[in-house]
Parts: sequence; C-alpha cells; structure tokens
Amino acid sequence: MEHFAIWVAAFLTMGIFSFLYKDNAWYKLCEAIFVGISAGYWFVTLFWDNIYGKFWVGKGDDSMLYIGAFLGLLMLMRLVPKIGWISRWPLAFIVGATAGFYLINYFSSNVMRQVEDTIMPLLGPDYSAGAYDIIGNIVIAVGTFSGLVYFFFSKEHKGAFGATAKVGIFFLMITFGASFGYTVMSRMSLLIGRLDFLFGDWLGMIK
Amino acid sequence: MFNCRRKSNGLCLSIFIVAAICSLSVSVKAQSETIDSTVVTDTNLVVAAPPTSVIASEYKYDDAEALELSWVPSIDDQLVDGLVLAYRVYRATNGGELEMIEELTPGNNNFTDHDLSGDSSYSYVVAAVTVSGEYSSNATAAISPEREWLNYEKKWLFLIALFITSAIMYFIRTARKKKLFVRKIAGLEAIDDAVGRATEMGRSILFIPGIQDMDDVQTLAGLTILGRIAGTIAEYDTKLFMPVSRSLVMTAARETIKASFQTAGRPDKYHDDIVTYVTDEQFGYVAHVDGIMVREKPATVFLLGAFFAESLILAETGNSIGAIQIAGTARPAQLPFFIAACDFTLIGEELFAASAYLSDEPRALGSLKGQDVGKALAMFVILIGVLATTIASAWHVEAMQTVVDTLSSVFSTK
Repeated sequence: MEHFAIWVAAFLTMGIFSFLYKDNAWYKLCEAIFVGISAGYWFVTLFWDNIYGKFWVGKGDDSMLYIGAFLGLLMLMRLVPKIGWISRWPLAFIVGATAGFYLINYFSSNVMRQVEDTIMPLLGPDYSAGAYDIIGNIVIAVGTFSGLVYFFFSKEHKGAFGATAKVGIFFLMITFGASFGYTVMSRMSLLIGRLDFLFGDWLGMIK
Repeated sequence: MFNCRRKSNGLCLSIFIVAAICSLSVSVKAQSETIDSTVVTDTNLVVAAPPTSVIASEYKYDDAEALELSWVPSIDDQLVDGLVLAYRVYRATNGGELEMIEELTPGNNNFTDHDLSGDSSYSYVVAAVTVSGEYSSNATAAISPEREWLNYEKKWLFLIALFITSAIMYFIRTARKKKLFVRKIAGLEAIDDAVGRATEMGRSILFIPGIQDMDDVQTLAGLTILGRIAGTIAEYDTKLFMPVSRSLVMTAARETIKASFQTAGRPDKYHDDIVTYVTDEQFGYVAHVDGIMVREKPATVFLLGAFFAESLILAETGNSIGAIQIAGTARPAQLPFFIAACDFTLIGEELFAASAYLSDEPRALGSLKGQDVGKALAMFVILIGVLATTIASAWHVEAMQTVVDTLSSVFSTK
C-alpha cells in the first residue's frame, strides 16, 4: 500500500512538473484532482470541526458560538433572492469587527513600536558605538524616516521632499532585493525536497 | 531576634546551639509545607527580622497581567550597618512550589509582578537576605489578577489613536465639502490603459484578490479597486473572470461587480459566473489559476490583495503569457516577486491609497489624509527623538535627556 501511495504521489508530482514544458492533459488531470480533493477536504474539515465538533459534540458550550451560527445562517439568505440583501449584514459585521480588532494591534506594533525602536543615539551611548554600529544606526534612522516620506500621500514628491522620498525608495528596493534572494533560496530548498522524494523515495537512487 | 556576635560567654553558646537546632527544624518544616515564616537557613551568628505585613493586591487598570506587592521592611534593614543585603520575592502559582522571581536592593518595600495570567492564583513570600541566610515573611493570601475596563498602561496609545482618528474624522468631513489633494500614484493611470488594451485585443481580464479572507484589509483594498475596474470593464464590454479561494470573498466580489455594472448602466452584462470559488487550499488554487491563465490567455492580470508563496508562481505565469500585470500587496516578503515579474506594483500602503484614490469616496480619502497626519507625527517624533538622544548621550545635555525620556514613555509598548 505504501508503494502504491508513493507511485501515486510521484505520478502527481511529475504531472504538476509537466506544466513547466506546457499545459497538457496530464497537468489538467492533476490540477482537477488537486482542486477537487482539496475543496472536498476543506468542506469536510470545516463541517466536522465546526458544525459537528462544536454544536453536536460540544453541545454549543460557548454561547458566543450561537452568535456565529446566527450570522452564518444569515449568509445563507443569499439562496432566497427576495431577502438576499440580509447576507450583507454578516459580511459587514466581519469587516467592521476585524478592522476594529486589528486597528489597535497594528497601531501598537507598526507605529508605536517602530517609533520607539528608531529613537536611538546614532553614535551609541557616550560615543561607545563602533563604525559598523554607527552605520547600522544611521541606516535604521534614515531608512525609516525616508520610507515614511515616500508613503506620505498629501504632498507631491518634489524638491527636498522628493529627494528624501527617492532615498526612501532606494532603501525599499535594497530591502526587496535582499528579501528576493533569501526567499528564492528557501524555494530552492522546497524543490530539493521534491527531488529528494522523486530520486529517493520513488526511484531509490538516493539512499 | 538576637545577635550573638556581641556575646562570648557560655550562655551565648547555649543560645547559639538552641537557635541552630530551631533553625534546622524550621528549615525542614519550611521544605515540607512550602510556605512558612521566619526561615533561618544558615547557622551563622547574624539573624535578622523578616519583612512583615506583606500584602499582594490587584494592580489597577491593567489587562489581568500584574499584581502589586508591598511590605514593611525588616527592622534590621538600615542604611548604616544594616544586616539586610537584599530582598528576595518568591511566588507560588496555583498553590505550587515557591520560586524566586526577583531580588531587590535593601530599602525596597514594594514590587510589581508582571506577565501573569488572570486564570491563575498567586501567593508571595518576601525574604530578607543576610550573610547568614534568608528570613522569610508569612505567605500572602492567594490572589488572581483581574481585568479592568481601562488599561492605564495604554493611555498614550489611546490618546495618539484618538488624535489620528480625530484627524480622519475631520478630513472625512472636509472631503465631503471639497476635493482633497492626494498625490498621483505610479501605476494607477496604467489601470485604465490595461483594461483598454484587453478590449482592443478582444481578450479577457483576470483579477486575483489574493488568498486571504474578508477579515484582511488587503483583500478589502483589492475589492475596492475591483469596483473601479469593473465599472470600466462594463463600459468597454470586456470579459472579466475572477477565481477566488474564499467563499466570503466570492460573495463580496459578486456584490462589488454587480454594483459597478449597475452604476455603469450595464446590469445585463453581470452574471455570477464572473466570480468562481476554486478551493481554500493555497496551491490547489494556484494550480487552477495557472491552468486557466495559459488556456484563456488574458491580456491583463490584476494581482491585488494578500499573497503568500503563490505570488511568484502566479506572476511568472502571467509574465510568460505576455499579459500586462498590475500587482499590489502589503506583504513585504512578496513584493520583490511582483516588482520583478509585473509591469506595475503598488507597494505596501500604496495599495490602500490607490483604493481610496480610485474610489473617490470621502470616507476613503479622508482616512488616507488622516493617516498622513499620523505619519507626519511619526516623522516629527523620530527626527526630534534621534537628534535629542544623540546629543544627550554624546554631550550629556540634561534637557535633551528629558525630551528622550518623555518620548520613550509616550511611545513605550512594553
């Protein structure tokens, strides 16, 4: 049975890889299997975890669940065209509640924390910082300030303001370049993992 | 309490032996009962009084995460020739073993214990430390932190958020009366051109709103831009298709497109099949979108929303079929891929600004301007703060240090 599973996994892996050559029937088959199984898997998971697990097994212990269930039922009103507009209410609740919830979290971590960490002596306490630390401090302070200038939308990027914004976009591009290289390397490790499966588990060429 | 150092006769020796035996027996008892009073753990001649009246009380106006401890210091804790070297604070959680959590210098008579949980109970023992050992107080009654309605530790967060919110409210009111200035964002002009190109070529437009749900603000921004694009598409009579990975996004996207088609006077062109649900599974969704990209060969691809590892796969496939691609996300790790593979990229907050700019909604524009007030405040504080802390630390200027301390207390998140 295990060998059969490995062969099926190898067949599907090769089918997805075949897309690198061009779209073909093998890829379409793998795509349909992937989409169909995953959609079904998510449906079953959500049904057994939420509806069965919380309302049947858990008997709806948490009264807040009933509010969620009620909002969920309102979503189903879409199926009745005459009162389909009711389904907008739970959507509005989700959007409004999560926006309010995240507002404070993001404000605390992305604004207050950023400002707090940027306020530091460029030369270190009592001139104690070495050359690399001083450069690092200047990069953080100038990068944060010029980045904020770039994302300031109430003023045209002209003159000194525009020059500062340009410095900000330089910082962003350098950051993106470093991030690109880092992430590509992590994707290479995923590829190596798949090749390891094909040449090791499937073909047995890697022991 | 007594001090045998001043006695050198036989009586002292007797007292010393009795004290030693007593201390040993008390130590054994302390180990067996975990919490006890006046524990003498060493048999040297120095003996000190323990702290008394140790009280653990609720730390006011927090999020059930702290307790306050106060005590009357040992009578042997004196500034000159004091016997007490330090105070050690011990804590027992849910009636468990005592563990030392803090050591304080002599003279202290209070301590605030942070990072606690409202679901647990805590009792405390404070011990005076001398060269001969520790002399512990009685254990406090067990107490649990309670959550208050107001958290005073976040008062500055509240006040700054209130200030920015007030600015947003002001600009929303202003936007209803007159046009507010927002600088042009590179890439926005390209949206109309991209729709026009698809129309001229007789090919379709693909819109991908990311893989997150409606609780992600990037998805909301993407759908706001979709509303504007759908209006143009309805006017040009171009084909739009939009596979999604979340059922709620499907519902919201259908509502958005339907409203735009109605506003453009083309409600007959709308049908539910424009937006189709694929699967919640990230790479199952990507496999499907890649497939329809190469089969339908859309002239224009919009990737606007929250993206993860699929960003490069989608952008590369779109690039390979020669489509004009306009992307935007606020996820820093995915932006490099869009910048490398797409024609125009809305970087981070430009995505939100673009949605406000394109919608021309007073609420969205006012919000954008209000956030600019917040950014101006942040820039000002960073500039002043960095200069002040650099001068204060290099030349020890007292006034600058005061500025730094004030800013640090206002923007502290700890």
